[in-house]
Amino acid sequence: MNFPKELKYSKSHEWVKEEADGTALIGLTDYAQNELGDLVFVNLPQEGDSLAAGEAFADVESVKAVSDVFSPVSGVVAEVNEELADAPELMNKDPYGAWLIRAGEITGTEELLDAEAYEAFAKEQE
Amino acid sequence: MKLLFERSVPGCGCTILPACDVPLVELDAAKREQALHLPEVSENEISRHYTELAKETHGVNDGSYPLGSCTMKYNPKINEVAAALPGFTKIHPLQPDHTAQGCLEVLQTAEKLLCEITGMDRMTFQPAAGAHGEFTGLLLIKAYHDHRGDTKRTKIIVPDSAHGTNPASAVMAGYQVINIPSRADGCVDLEVLRAAVGEDTAGLMLTNPNTVGLFDKNILEITRIIHEAGGLNYYDGANLNAVMGLVRPGDMGFDVIHLNLHKTFSTPHGGGGPGSGPVGCKAFLQDYLPETGAQSIGRVKAFHGNFLVVVKALNYILMLGREGILQASQNAVLNANYLRKKLSGVYDMAYDETCMHEFVMSLEQEKHEESVSALDVAKALLDYGIHPPTMYFPLIVHEALMVEPTETESKENLDELIRAFLEIHEKAKTDPEYIRSAPHTTTIKRLDEVAAARNPKLRYEF
Amino acid sequence: MGNFISTTEQQQKEMLQEAGYDSFDALFAGVPEGVYQKDGVNIPEGLSELETERRMEVLAGKNQIFPHIFRGAGAYNHYIPAIVRTVVAKEDFLTAYTPYQAEISQGNLQAIFEFQTMICELTGMDVANASVYDGATAAAESIFMCRERKRMKALVSATTPPQVLETMQTYCYGRGAELCVVPEKDGVTDLEALASMLDEGVACMYLQQPNFYGILEDAKRIGELVHEKGAKFVMGGNPIAMAVIRTPGECGADVAVGEGQPLGMPLGFGGPYLGFMAATKDMMRKLPGRIVGETVDSEGQRGFVLTLQAREQHIRREKASSNICSNQALCALTASVYLAAMGAKGVQEAAMQCTSKAHYLQKELEQAGFHLVYDKPFFHEFVTDTPVDAELLMKQLEQHGYLGGLVLSGGRILWCTTEMNTKQEMDELVRLGKEAANR
Repeated sequence: MNFPKELKYSKSHEWVKEEADGTALIGLTDYAQNELGDLVFVNLPQEGDSLAAGEAFADVESVKAVSDVFSPVSGVVAEVNEELADAPELMNKDPYGAWLIRAGEITGTEELLDAEAYEAFAKEQE
Repeated sequence: MKLLFERSVPGCGCTILPACDVPLVELDAAKREQALHLPEVSENEISRHYTELAKETHGVNDGSYPLGSCTMKYNPKINEVAAALPGFTKIHPLQPDHTAQGCLEVLQTAEKLLCEITGMDRMTFQPAAGAHGEFTGLLLIKAYHDHRGDTKRTKIIVPDSAHGTNPASAVMAGYQVINIPSRADGCVDLEVLRAAVGEDTAGLMLTNPNTVGLFDKNILEITRIIHEAGGLNYYDGANLNAVMGLVRPGDMGFDVIHLNLHKTFSTPHGGGGPGSGPVGCKAFLQDYLPETGAQSIGRVKAFHGNFLVVVKALNYILMLGREGILQASQNAVLNANYLRKKLSGVYDMAYDETCMHEFVMSLEQEKHEESVSALDVAKALLDYGIHPPTMYFPLIVHEALMVEPTETESKENLDELIRAFLEIHEKAKTDPEYIRSAPHTTTIKRLDEVAAARNPKLRYEF
Repeated sequence: MGNFISTTEQQQKEMLQEAGYDSFDALFAGVPEGVYQKDGVNIPEGLSELETERRMEVLAGKNQIFPHIFRGAGAYNHYIPAIVRTVVAKEDFLTAYTPYQAEISQGNLQAIFEFQTMICELTGMDVANASVYDGATAAAESIFMCRERKRMKALVSATTPPQVLETMQTYCYGRGAELCVVPEKDGVTDLEALASMLDEGVACMYLQQPNFYGILEDAKRIGELVHEKGAKFVMGGNPIAMAVIRTPGECGADVAVGEGQPLGMPLGFGGPYLGFMAATKDMMRKLPGRIVGETVDSEGQRGFVLTLQAREQHIRREKASSNICSNQALCALTASVYLAAMGAKGVQEAAMQCTSKAHYLQKELEQAGFHLVYDKPFFHEFVTDTPVDAELLMKQLEQHGYLGGLVLSGGRILWCTTEMNTKQEMDELVRLGKEAANR
């Protein structure tokens, strides 16, 4: 399982990539996609929707389950990865490339883990 | 198997209608421009097509069907005969009452008998299925609180062991769902319930026996807690087959109930419907029922519900009578306990105590040790010509298989079922791959559900 | 007396013993005293099969079967081909549950897939579900497919049949949704009123075609008006009419629903009938209920499964958009066999005969003094006034085995004809009408 060093992680298994322009990309971790199994659909928010740290902003569907995706940051949805609507399998194939949203106007962030701490946390969950 | 459309030969067809005996009139409005693709097939081809499809459809008449929570009992043929009487099938729903006295008497008699069986005072037959009944019953609760001006009651309490329809119905009725965790034995935790109720409690939705097949001994205390908080009790009748004729929901403190006539009262499931989900209530709620008057919640369906299904259920109740109803639930419970006893020790019972009409096994250990899941065991049963139990429900048991044999299975069938379960368990140890790749004898093997959901193909393209 | 238990009393005793119980009562030891009815409930003793059948025949005999039916208003008397009746009586179809175990349910699943295809064809839409309870609940469910965060209000035309409108109102009462009725003018939806009611908060507009009065409205124009304001357009319809009139798809509908009863289901005092629902591809995941999809098995063979299940209540629970679980599978099968037996030509012929006979009857009735109330194009129903007391007329028709039209407010009558009505019986109906008028 892969835990890229440059990313930060939430305990609800999202990754955050802080960008130079102050925005942040958010996606599902490798651990999360592995636990969820083959993903078949993602319900994404709309641009301009507000985000609250710790609250659900999207949900992902596998064949027999649906799971909420929680926002690690407070702010606004600046961009949505429309590609996932037609190709949800990208979240399984390339979890760290398949970002769900770009968050902007970030006003707050949940306590996040670095790669090492998250890897340890994920191991505990198993 | 060919699709009906693939059997189509241009120019083929059936001769059904005579020529028109009045002058043809051209439609004086915008006409359909796109082609209408329907199969062009002879009657012989249609008949063979559906005979082929029927052979690839497992019904109760094909073999054991111990599908938990679904009560797949034998469907008496006399039900079908009664429902096919022209005196019922040819009656228009908007005929004047004096020309439909037989239909009205069917509804009235069924209401009287079912009220006696459930301990309710009134019943509506408008709801078409269990979930539809839940929605209707919750609207009665909503109307009750609304008419009292008690508008702060916005929450419905639902245990986490409940059927998925319960929380979904509560939301459709405009309620917020309060999920409460069940005790380790699947019963309601009284302390948790006491903490959950309050001035915002509109009601509780509960099934008893519950979804792990246990009768909640604290039922009177549970319904009292809700009543004392000012809420009403809703009984999900999905599991009534365990106790019909022995325990009346009305006597347990329930105010509203729905029944599933297609489960408990033997009208067939029809491959997923039509069912019938009548809703019964205590007298103080009767003014809110559909088709009543000014305070009614309004209609939930056109006309009078799935009437012909009610005919079948009435037929069944008349035939069984007091004694037969009692024997049905007694034997439903006996058959379940006989199976449970014979399988426990080999399979892990989620709760190894006297169950009602069904019980739940957990395959968690097998999953861990042999990587054989509940799904794999279910698929292996297909090779024995047995319909698998309900899988992965209730959610509070991991790797759950929920087994409901019903009262109409013979001892030989039950013993065969036991033998199949034991053989599969043995095979899972010696050759787990064989079980993981089951079924082996069906015409179609395991299907790619991921591909079906990622790239939905929901119709035939011409 | 009757029961369908397959074990003998002796076997039951042995099984009790093997399971560790000395009596049936011991199985119910956990039931609190006071609620346990040891001797059962107070209903009559059971009957034998023969006695039961006699009893049911007596009940059926108390109904009056009308050989001549001129009433529709949501339930239509069409011919049911013999093959329809025999196919849906097949025990495997009758006694199966929902096809969750796909490997032993391919027949049932394929039948639903074929049904979905036929509904797409009739409606001109992209996708369809496996059916819902009836046309009225289909209309009600459609509202909740269309509501979005900022668009929560639904509009419905006053020309919608009352049982459909009332069901929509009840569903809206449940969720606290706003439903506004667009008034009618001369038997059709008032377009000016509609235009003024369409605002940014409207989620959808429901129009039934043909409408309650049998009239064919300018659905395409209404769809354009609705779309101009960014709302969704939902059309309800009669499936037989859809074979010949401009389809919901051609009218620009986002969702198409309807009552499938005309496709081979008996009148049956109102049910079971069949609700069908179809939508554009964009709305696919908003469809409630079961949906069958095509896929392949592990050996590459074509097969069918229930799909997109994560929309549904058994997975999404309180977040599901609908609580629907059962569909009307056997009724959907009925409709499929009906459509196969009739074929496109047959359904179109039935539609054409409906229309021709309705127009014949309307002209004859006009001459007998029953004047057409709305001078608008109609399919197979129309409204007239009456030169005699409407209720009295119905009583007289009844005595001759005629179920006349439905009496509406103001003494108006909603008449209906189908391919079942012969010229001879229509002439007789008119003669009886004239006779009543001259009395």
